[in-house]
Amino acid sequence: MSRSLLVAASVEEALGELAGGARAVAGGTDLVVGARQGKAPLPERLVAVHRLAELATMEEADGVLRLGAGVTHARVAADLRVRARLAALADASTIVGSHATRAQGTIGGNVMNASPAADTVGPLICFGASLRLRSASASRTVPLEGFATGPGTTAAEPGELLEAVEIPLPGEGAGSAYLRLDYRRQMEIAVVGVAALVRLDGGRVADARVAITALAPTVRRVPDAEEILAGTTGGADTLEALGEAVAAASRPISDVRGSAAYRSAMAAVIARRAVQAALERAR
Amino acid sequence: MKVAATLTVNGVDYPVELDPHTTLLRAIREHVGLTGSKEGCDDSECGACMVLLDDEPVNSCSYLALQAEGRRITTVEGLAGGSGLSPLQQAFLEHGGVQCGFCTPGMLISATALLRRTPSPSEDDVRIALSGNLCRCTGYDGIVKAVLDVAGR
Repeated sequence: MSRSLLVAASVEEALGELAGGARAVAGGTDLVVGARQGKAPLPERLVAVHRLAELATMEEADGVLRLGAGVTHARVAADLRVRARLAALADASTIVGSHATRAQGTIGGNVMNASPAADTVGPLICFGASLRLRSASASRTVPLEGFATGPGTTAAEPGELLEAVEIPLPGEGAGSAYLRLDYRRQMEIAVVGVAALVRLDGGRVADARVAITALAPTVRRVPDAEEILAGTTGGADTLEALGEAVAAASRPISDVRGSAAYRSAMAAVIARRAVQAALERAR
Repeated sequence: MKVAATLTVNGVDYPVELDPHTTLLRAIREHVGLTGSKEGCDDSECGACMVLLDDEPVNSCSYLALQAEGRRITTVEGLAGGSGLSPLQQAFLEHGGVQCGFCTPGMLISATALLRRTPSPSEDDVRIALSGNLCRCTGYDGIVKAVLDVAGR
């Protein structure tokens, strides 16, 4: 069949195209770039979702911030609720690509592209985010953790559109941070990234979440590191052990941005700094 | 199959017929005929193709042209007013911000977007904002001085 691109005027119209085998495009900052790099050709049938106002909403209700999949990184980074209560996500959304990327690229695109180096995914996993997926015939909500099944692949069914990312807002005493090792101040892809969320109670870590970026085939949590943090005050010895645990859990690749050995070594450093920043924000 | 569309570039409507995979950069250069925007890396690394879409920057090599229908596209050709070069363009010339000129259209668009967003940027703000635009000639100093000069007026 011939090439087509439908600019969807409603979610229903987009879902109809997706059911027919189309691939969704929003900002194009991954899909089009990937095609030009020769990673994957542009799909023959495309449905553009960038005009859908229903996907561009940000709403807070019952302690959950619901970000429409079409909300741009620039809007996430500027949102005062995100900056105050989901600081790790603000950290990540502020450094994705460049101003040009952030003006067009969306949080939904970052999730669905399933890059092992996706900046926003580590923070979202730490916050326990869920994904609202919809097809022409059904809707479902799934945890973001475990949604990516490998580099560029997800558990989404054919025909499913990501409608929204739902993020439970952390309670009192929480602090979070996302830190990335990079070489360039814009248009950079994480060499190593670590997201951390801690909740302090009486000066001790009551809950901890640590997730690694560009260190494994998918962005994922490091349970060993979380256990090391739990119940401590986050002192130097704890952070040392935490760094070692993160490095041990890393399965990085070697590529133009860094060797596997370098990434593992830096994983410990970036993990310590990310957790330290989260602790400082929680205090 | 080609699709008929209208692209609004620098305030002018251009009727075009595009393959759905055509990038905005190719549409602007080859169908609209404005060649100020450049293809550098074609990989969204260098920013030479940067244009404004409803006043927000976009790397046009990595954006599908049909998605730009109904939006205001501004290229480097649209920065100059009726009376001549824009203050930024003039400052680039005065401060040695132009050598070979290939990055200049993207730099000017990027700097225009920065000053709209942040009218009084620090030097660091300027350097960060322009770090999505690569220049292999000037060493960036002349460009940064030009942007700070205009911002300080």
